[in-house]
Parts: sequence; C-alpha cells; structure tokens
Amino acid sequence: MPVISTAGLARTFQTKHGPVEAVRGIDLTVSPGEILGFLGPNGAGKTTTLRMLTTLLPPTGGAATVAGHDLARDPAGVRRKIGYVAQSGGVDPSVSVREELVTQGRLYRLGKAEAAARAEELATELDLTELLDRKCGALSGGQRRRLDIAMGLTHRPVVLFLDEPSTGLDPGSRADLWDLIRKLRADHAMTVFLTTHYLDEAEALADRLVIVDNGTVVAEGTAAALKAEYGGSPDATLQDAFIAITGRGAAQPDAAPLAV
Amino acid sequence: MSNLLSDTGLIFGRYLRQALNSKVAVVFGLLQPMFYLVFFGPLLHDVPLGGEGDSWQVLVPGLLIQLGLFSAAFAGFGILLEKQFGVIERMRVTPVSRLALLLGRALKDVVQLLVQSLVLVIAGVALGLRAPVLGVVVGFVFVGLLTISLASLSYALAMRVDSPQGFAPVISTVNMPAMLLSGVLLPMALAPGWLDAVSRCVPFRYLVDAVRAAYVGDYAWDTVGLGALVGLALCAVSMTVGTRVFRKAGA
Ligand SMILES: Nc1ncnc2c1ncn2[C@@H]1O[C@H](COP(=O)(O)OP(=O)(O)OP(=O)(O)O)[C@@H](O)[C@H]1O
Ligand SMILES: [Mg+2]
Repeated sequence: MPVISTAGLARTFQTKHGPVEAVRGIDLTVSPGEILGFLGPNGAGKTTTLRMLTTLLPPTGGAATVAGHDLARDPAGVRRKIGYVAQSGGVDPSVSVREELVTQGRLYRLGKAEAAARAEELATELDLTELLDRKCGALSGGQRRRLDIAMGLTHRPVVLFLDEPSTGLDPGSRADLWDLIRKLRADHAMTVFLTTHYLDEAEALADRLVIVDNGTVVAEGTAAALKAEYGGSPDATLQDAFIAITGRGAAQPDAAPLAV
Repeated sequence: MSNLLSDTGLIFGRYLRQALNSKVAVVFGLLQPMFYLVFFGPLLHDVPLGGEGDSWQVLVPGLLIQLGLFSAAFAGFGILLEKQFGVIERMRVTPVSRLALLLGRALKDVVQLLVQSLVLVIAGVALGLRAPVLGVVVGFVFVGLLTISLASLSYALAMRVDSPQGFAPVISTVNMPAMLLSGVLLPMALAPGWLDAVSRCVPFRYLVDAVRAAYVGDYAWDTVGLGALVGLALCAVSMTVGTRVFRKAGA
C-alpha cells in the first residue's frame, strides 16, 4: 500500500493574464518509509504539487490519497498525519522561537506541558536550544530554516513534506539535516517527500527521484537508473541526466537549424 | 467542540500577546477618537442636537462606534502580513479548527476594543460626561457586537486579497461614508429628509442610536431593541461570511 498516491493531479491558476497550468496531471506513488526526491527546474510545479498534497490548495483536477486519507474527502485526516515545511517558512518574526514551537505543538493538540517539553526536544534535535528565547526575526537564514524544519516535525508526522529544506544551510547544517532525515526514517519509518535543487543532496538522500517539468512527470527512478538512461555515458553525473531530461542548458544544438 | 474552544483560546492568546507587545498600536488607535473628544466635543456644548441628554451623551456613543468602525475594520491587516510570512499556511496545514482561527482573532479584537472604549469613556467622564452605569455597559456590549462583526468581515477580506493595495482602499471607501451616514459625530435627527433616509440603510446608524439612547437611560424597544436586532443580524451575516472564507481552502 503506497502512503501517497496521486492520479492526474492538476492545478490551473486563473490569473488576469489568462490561465496558468502550474500542474498538468501528476501520477505518482510513494511507499511507506521512502525518501522521495521531487526535482524539477524553477516553475516546474513542485511547490504547487506540495501545496495540493498538504491540503492547502484544492486541485482543479485529479485525485490523491495521503497517509490513508483521501485529499478531497478527508483533508482533516490528511492534516493530522502530515508535516509540511514550506519553501519560504512560516514563522512570525516578532514571536520568540520558543513560543512558535510551543504554539505549533498546541495547534497539533498537545497539552501545555507536553508542548513545552516537545519544544525543548525539537530544539535539541535541531540545535536551536541557545536560540529559544530569541525572536524569530533575529535568526540567521540557516537558523530560521532549522526552526521551520523543527516546526514540521512537531507531531512526528507519518509523511513529511519538505520544500527545499536545505536552501540557505551551511555544509555542516546540511549534513546534519541529511542525518536527521535518515534517522527519522530509521526510527519512525517516516516517509519523506522533499524537493531540492541540489543534485548531490538528491543523490545522497533520496531512494528514488521524480523529475517534473512544466507540470508533468518527465522521468523517475533511482539516481543510478536516471544517470544510466539519460546521462549518455556510464560515468555521467546526475546533472548531465537532469539537463538531458529537462532540456535546460542544453538548448543550443536544438536552436540551430539543422539544414538550410 | 472542546477542540474548538481550546483552539480558540490558543489563537486568542497568541494575538493578545502580540497586541500587548505592540501597545503603541493600541494607543495609536485611540488617538483619533480622543482628538475628537477633546478638540471637537467642547464645540457641541451649546449646540442644540435635537435629542435628549447633553452633548457628551451624544458624542461619546458616536465616538465609541467610530472607534469600532475603524479599528475592527482594519483588523485584517495583520493577516496580510502573516500571509507574507507564511504563518497562515503553516496554521492551515495543522488540524486546528478553521473557525478558531477566525474566532480567536476576533475575540482578541473585542478585548482590545473594550479596553480602548473604557479609556475613551473615562476621558469623557473627565470632560463632563454623565451617564447611567447600565447605559455605559450596554454601550460596551454594542461595541463588542460591532467589533466581532467588522473584524470577521475584515479578516475574510484579507484572506481573499493578495496585497495591502487590494485591502486598504476597500476598507477606507466603505468606512468613510458608513461613518458619516451613521451619524457618528452629529445625530441624524438633524439631517434633511433624504439624508435621513439614506442613513437608515446603514446598519451602524441603529447601533449609534441605540448607544445614545442607553446613555440617557432609555432602553426602549425602538432604540436599544432595534439596535440589538440590527447588531445581531450584522454579527450573524459577518460570522457566516467569515467562517465560509476560513473554512474554504485556497485562500
Ligand atoms: N498563486 C498563483 N497564481 C498564479 N500562478 C502561480 C501561482 N502559484 C504558482 N504559480 C505558477 O505556477 C508555476 C509553478 O509554480 P511552483 O511554485 O509550483 O514552481 P516550483 O517548481 O516550486 O518552482 P521553484 O523551484 O522556483 O520553487 C509557475 O509558473 C508559477 O508562476
Ligand atoms: Mg517551489
């Protein structure tokens, strides 16, 4: 039984300048305990897909099941099971780190004492203990990102959605994040659905990659399989494969007329 | 149900703490009605206002409604900021009751408005206002009703628009005529027939009239009763709109 499955999931935004088809029908499945890397160029529709899977945005087409609950019929059931770390975070700069962590616990219906204890625990796990009494607005970019991640872990979700979690982290913090994600999977069999633009991260962390472009899935498989299939040579990098798949950066040869 | 109550309490506490941390804003909100009270109130002293009671009993109720009209209607501004920070989506992805996200905020606005109203009334008393305690309490109840209604509408609008530019002009455009037409500064009893007729289409007028009646100890059906009816209807409509918007995703 997959923990996430989508069929034809689509979202069109209506704008003043006409409709924008951000996601055009995504079919994918994720197994329990899997770490899935969701890759694609800027504007491919990654964030939009995540916002649909996390109940924030109603799809304009298709259906999905997340952690055993139907997205359209039981969004509340989905919310109880998932954690979401948005691409641009979600803390109020005027509120203290501790208050945000405790409030998040309370929003997930932990008791007062429980929420306070959980805040301490998360702070330890994400190296935020020293910063607990600071305002969120007074954190560095990477510190804030760690706080965002802590917020998403509050209720030990079954499925964790991370939208570019490592953007802005220094190499050490990034390595720590990878370890944390692996540990969450090992200890809690958590399923992790993450987007990233760092291909080394995708390769090191994800069991399987799904590459989207223009709102549809254009390739999927393990990093090794993608390299073998699209990279062009046995020692190709994931970057070579990614560029071959999405056509970005490799446009020159196509642009020139083949014959006159 | 118990989830709704505890979630509402949680949200209420969060925003009350924020209000306490920004006392400047709370004081600032009081400035405008205070100016009217001190710099405009004395002018009315010997002017025949066509009703019972002295000029303070006419002006202070009007200023209370004006305070509610302006503070509560702009309550949604906070949500616009929170949207930019991602706080709204972060909360919406948790199981928290959608209604609590609205109620908790609106209740905080009620508390804030009541404190501001109390300060305004005390200042009025210092300047010469005399009114029955029951009447003053009734006035506060009306301020509460007005606040919860307008705050709900304001939060709903803020959830639907993308930018402050889409928000502030709407509120100002609605508020200014609403304030003038409800006879906040001078009673509509002084108005020519057509203006009086137009003002009867503005719900806030009935609240102003009701509070003025209460301030002279008149609790009759056709003043306080009518005001209560209009206030409750306004509240019911606004809460319905607000709840709808907060329930629906995609905002
Ligand atoms: N609210 C919206 N209204 C209109 N268009 C939108 C909206 N949100 C996203 N889009 C458009 O949908 C497309 C997909 O956006 P999305 O944010 O999902 O991309 P992404 O893959 O997350 O990109 P990035 O890697 O830059 O974060 C883009 O073209 C974007 O401009
Ligand atoms: Mg994105």
